[in-house]
Amino acid sequence: MSDSVAPPRSVVIRPSLLELFRAFAVVSVSGFGGALPWARRMIVDQRGWMTAEEFNEAFALSQFLPGPNVVNFSVVFGSRFGGAAGAAVALAGLMGPPLIIVTILAFLYAQFGELELLGRILAGITAAAVGLLIAVVAKMAAPLFRKRWDWAPLIAIAAFVGVAIIQWPLPLVFVVLAPISIALAWMRR
Amino acid sequence: MNDNPLVPLFGYFALLSLFAVGGANAAIPEMHRIAVDVMHWMNDRQFADSFAIAQISPGPNIIIVTLIGYHVAGLAGAAVATVAMCGPTCVFAFLVARTWDHFKEARWRIAIQAGLVPVSLGLIAASAFVLARSADHNIYAALITAVTAIVAFATRINPLWLFAVGGVLGLSGWL
Repeated sequence: MSDSVAPPRSVVIRPSLLELFRAFAVVSVSGFGGALPWARRMIVDQRGWMTAEEFNEAFALSQFLPGPNVVNFSVVFGSRFGGAAGAAVALAGLMGPPLIIVTILAFLYAQFGELELLGRILAGITAAAVGLLIAVVAKMAAPLFRKRWDWAPLIAIAAFVGVAIIQWPLPLVFVVLAPISIALAWMRR
Repeated sequence: MNDNPLVPLFGYFALLSLFAVGGANAAIPEMHRIAVDVMHWMNDRQFADSFAIAQISPGPNIIIVTLIGYHVAGLAGAAVATVAMCGPTCVFAFLVARTWDHFKEARWRIAIQAGLVPVSLGLIAASAFVLARSADHNIYAALITAVTAIVAFATRINPLWLFAVGGVLGLSGWL
């Protein structure tokens, strides 16, 4: 079938491990509200490490895997260029700086979290962040409810009800719904 | 042994990481259920605060587990929670990445990808619902949420501006 030998890859600039680390460290601290646009800019536009198609392909895989997309992407990307070492280095670059920053914030919150003032600011930010999440849901839902296969909205609603209303554990809801959903998608095609 | 909070911290997050299709946003309700309802590590407000801090921090939003871990057991807790949440999925991603390209056109792969989209959508919607319930305890907070949702949906504004407006409104004592 399509299992033929992979064609020789077009011109690729191979990053060194140090470059990999630095690139993902820069992406991680730039990436407020989603690191994807920054990763794409760096990898495709600036360094030429991947073509736009390769990037989309690698990112599609990262989205389908469990766990945070960007974290998966750093592993997929790093392993492509440097095997296990590349994956580890890209991951360390992506997670290192944010971990240091957030640990400092966690310490400050432990010290001052009871302050009325801070509580009010965080309450406002949370309210806005929830709004942002609702917008993400709306953007994801729009194409799903418009076309695709007719079962999709029902699956989404079932997952929502199971987790949010009945409050079943996520693994349970997932183990029940994911196979059904995949089977329906399979039969649809 | 049974009192060591690092053990459930690791166990819960490692298990959760394998089902978090859609990333941190999909896993919020389960984190809330475990941290607040089951284990009583933190209260509702502390959970909502952790979410807010993770949102305004640079880097992946999954970093909320670092905050929860720190709250439970200091630096050791932060490290354990982060490794538990990222470790298993990273190993999985590494293994899959090596074989995936061979199955690019395979029907089962396309079915898996299409089938997981609605599940992950439902989970993220559940996250929004659970968070709204802990965050919007009055009409003004709900208004901030609603307006932010509309602006974020209709424009491509940098979310940091929306967080800043929310923070200032919160500071001014509306909430």
